[in-house]
Amino acid sequence: METKVAKKKLGLKDRYKLLTRDLGWEPSYHTKDEVFPYVKYEGIKIHDWEKWEDPFRLTMDAYWKYQAEKERKFYAIIDAHTQNNGHLNLTDARYLSALKLFLQAISPGEYAAGKGFARVGREFGGVGTQVACQMQALDEIRHAQTQIHAMSNYNRYYNGFHSFADQRDRMWYTSVPRSFFDDAMSAGPFEFMIAIGFSFEYVLTNLLFVPFMSGAAYNGDMATVTFGFSAQSDEARHMTLGLECIKFMLEQDPANTPIVQAWIDKWFWRGFRVLGLVSAMMDYMLPKRVMSWREAWNIYGVENGGALFTDLARYGIRIPKHWDDAEKAVDHMSHQFMLALYQWNFGTCFHTWIPPEPDMEWLSSKYPNTFDKYYRPRWEHLKKLAKEGKPFKNFGLAKLCQTCQLPIIFTEPDDPTMSCHREVDYKGNKYHFCSDGCQHIFENEPEKYVQAWLPMPALFQEPLKGDLGAWMNWTSLIDGKDNGDYVGSQDERNFQQWRGLATTNT
Amino acid sequence: MPIDLRMVTIEPQRQTFDHLAHRFGDKPASRYQEGSYDIQAAENLHYLPTWDPDQKLYDTSITRIVMEDWYALKDPRQFYYSTYTLTRARQQETAEANFSFVETRGLADMLPDDLRATALRVLVPLRHAAWGANQHNSFICGYGYGVTLTQACMYHAMDNLGIAQYLSRLGLLLGDAEALDTAKDAWLHDAAWQPLRRYVEDCLVLRDPMELFVAQNVALDGLLYPLVYERIVDNDLSVRGGSAVAMLTQFMSDWFDETRKWTDAVLKTAAAESESNRAVLQEWIRAWSGRAASALLPVAAFALGAQAGEALEEQVAAFKLRAEKAGVAI
Repeated sequence: METKVAKKKLGLKDRYKLLTRDLGWEPSYHTKDEVFPYVKYEGIKIHDWEKWEDPFRLTMDAYWKYQAEKERKFYAIIDAHTQNNGHLNLTDARYLSALKLFLQAISPGEYAAGKGFARVGREFGGVGTQVACQMQALDEIRHAQTQIHAMSNYNRYYNGFHSFADQRDRMWYTSVPRSFFDDAMSAGPFEFMIAIGFSFEYVLTNLLFVPFMSGAAYNGDMATVTFGFSAQSDEARHMTLGLECIKFMLEQDPANTPIVQAWIDKWFWRGFRVLGLVSAMMDYMLPKRVMSWREAWNIYGVENGGALFTDLARYGIRIPKHWDDAEKAVDHMSHQFMLALYQWNFGTCFHTWIPPEPDMEWLSSKYPNTFDKYYRPRWEHLKKLAKEGKPFKNFGLAKLCQTCQLPIIFTEPDDPTMSCHREVDYKGNKYHFCSDGCQHIFENEPEKYVQAWLPMPALFQEPLKGDLGAWMNWTSLIDGKDNGDYVGSQDERNFQQWRGLATTNT
Repeated sequence: MPIDLRMVTIEPQRQTFDHLAHRFGDKPASRYQEGSYDIQAAENLHYLPTWDPDQKLYDTSITRIVMEDWYALKDPRQFYYSTYTLTRARQQETAEANFSFVETRGLADMLPDDLRATALRVLVPLRHAAWGANQHNSFICGYGYGVTLTQACMYHAMDNLGIAQYLSRLGLLLGDAEALDTAKDAWLHDAAWQPLRRYVEDCLVLRDPMELFVAQNVALDGLLYPLVYERIVDNDLSVRGGSAVAMLTQFMSDWFDETRKWTDAVLKTAAAESESNRAVLQEWIRAWSGRAASALLPVAAFALGAQAGEALEEQVAAFKLRAEKAGVAI
């Protein structure tokens, strides 16, 4: 009888290699330059795509299996949350401002990231890299959709969620993250990876994701926290990919280092400005707070970021330029941001408010060197005006930063009493900036940033011509419902009335 | 007796998001609708791509197909991420059970040598064609317009990768790692595979997302899947005692049955939009399906020998009927 020779058992690594990168081949009917036309123009040199280390060895069957398990759990909880009026378990409906901002400003960015990863998943010249990027493209579609689904039920009962699609493209504050993602997607494939894969996912995600999802948990938002838990393992994969990608670029050629460093400098500062929104949310919008923005920065910025850049030092990478300016801004930015949002709250599709006294106490304790000295007096003044029935509204036109698109609301790094404003003349036009960081980003690529769509000037052009009512219609903001102070709002009234129905017999 | 639980009822302020109410009326929207419509940035794009300043970041003009509303290209399966992954997770369970059935019962070893050789020869090089399909669908997702179309292309791209992986596993099970090397060598050098490889590589330099959709998902898959998985594996090999092979390719047969409903719907809607769309689609389908048919002939001959031509003609006739049903006579 013939004896069968037992087949050689393949190791996990070899098997994964056969199931992924071995699928590709060297084209011969067209050149590699024709097939991958975008991999060279940024100046990054890749000598051997085979040196790419697969950060996670996930075949499609395993991917489907794990992800489906998570999806089942997620939607079971979302359905229960909807059916049981889970929104009435919130600490307070003020919390919803954070969610509204997230849906208008961040969820569309998840979708854009997915689109970008589909592009680089095609454009990179190595199968290992492509597959990793494609999986992230798929994950990002998931995140955009699960976020919309998690917030869908809030939209049925509360104002401010209903027109996130229009607001993504037309709102002044959403153009901050929109320009961030547009910037990344209009860059080449390698810069895209540094922008989204490394800077956003690796360096900044903890500052966005952990405080936001913890905020949801602390404030009884079962829908969002479920999304957070469900996305956690995806995010871990994305962080691994971001880090692998940067190491790969740095190891391939020493000439890549200065290019990568310049991108790290740029995208750190771009990301830090987007995180301004998170700082206001953490310090002001959560009725029950998790930690202060300063505390989050110390853990996720200083400690984790510091360790990362120590690790990258062996490649000749140094801490991002303007890191010190960021550190100096941390004790000020949330206050400056929330004060700005409050004075322009006729134009925000979420509510803001003057912090009640216990909140002011908390802010004093968390910001002992800055809050009482610089910001409490301003809030007290605003409180006085509101009490007199003359709440302060700033109907003046804000000057926007040409790079990050935020209004020029920040102060000089070394003087919190001086507004920080930079100007550059370029080809006969004057451009404004909120900081040295944003000015430098512009100066490195002026031809890109002169193209920026600035929402404030748009308000004064055709067809709106400065008509605030027409602008509100155009952004689908319903005056008196979506905007303004939380105190006295329909959201406040409804939440209290419904909660009364649910918890008392009157 | 039915028992109604009493709950506190409160009146919602609105049924759905504005952009969905605008499209479908103020009524509760499905999760497919919420996760698909209008979630791609549409206005006030900030910067032109540095990789090609002649196009916009999201650009409808990079294809010859013109749609008034790209979201009209919807998916009849209504796949969003969740329904997509749940469906594929069930299918991979079946595939896993099939692979394990064939393996534990030693069915691969019991295959007659000529059948095993044919299966390896026809199927394993196709893993490279499936990788090509993955590249094309990633491209369409990346550069196509409107989420109803592009999300389905990302799911399709990942399916293509999954299929390439199942074909690789089939090669490892019926042969070994060397069977994959042999197949790759055939894909690169064997004259019989060159027309197909050339087809795939020509598609790799095509940058009109809708033409790529036609070349890959309509023309090539429309002939390859029924020819290889129905005609060759399910009929020919099974009849000759190779039903174990059919167990290993069940995923592909089921997948094609399901996904063709989607490709047909996209084709039908795009063709119905205008006469000029119809003419463009007709031109593309004619050209690409003609090339696909001649590229597949030498591959079919591995299994069917002299009958390959006839088998292919049957598939071409069925394909023509299918295109005509979608509104594109060829």
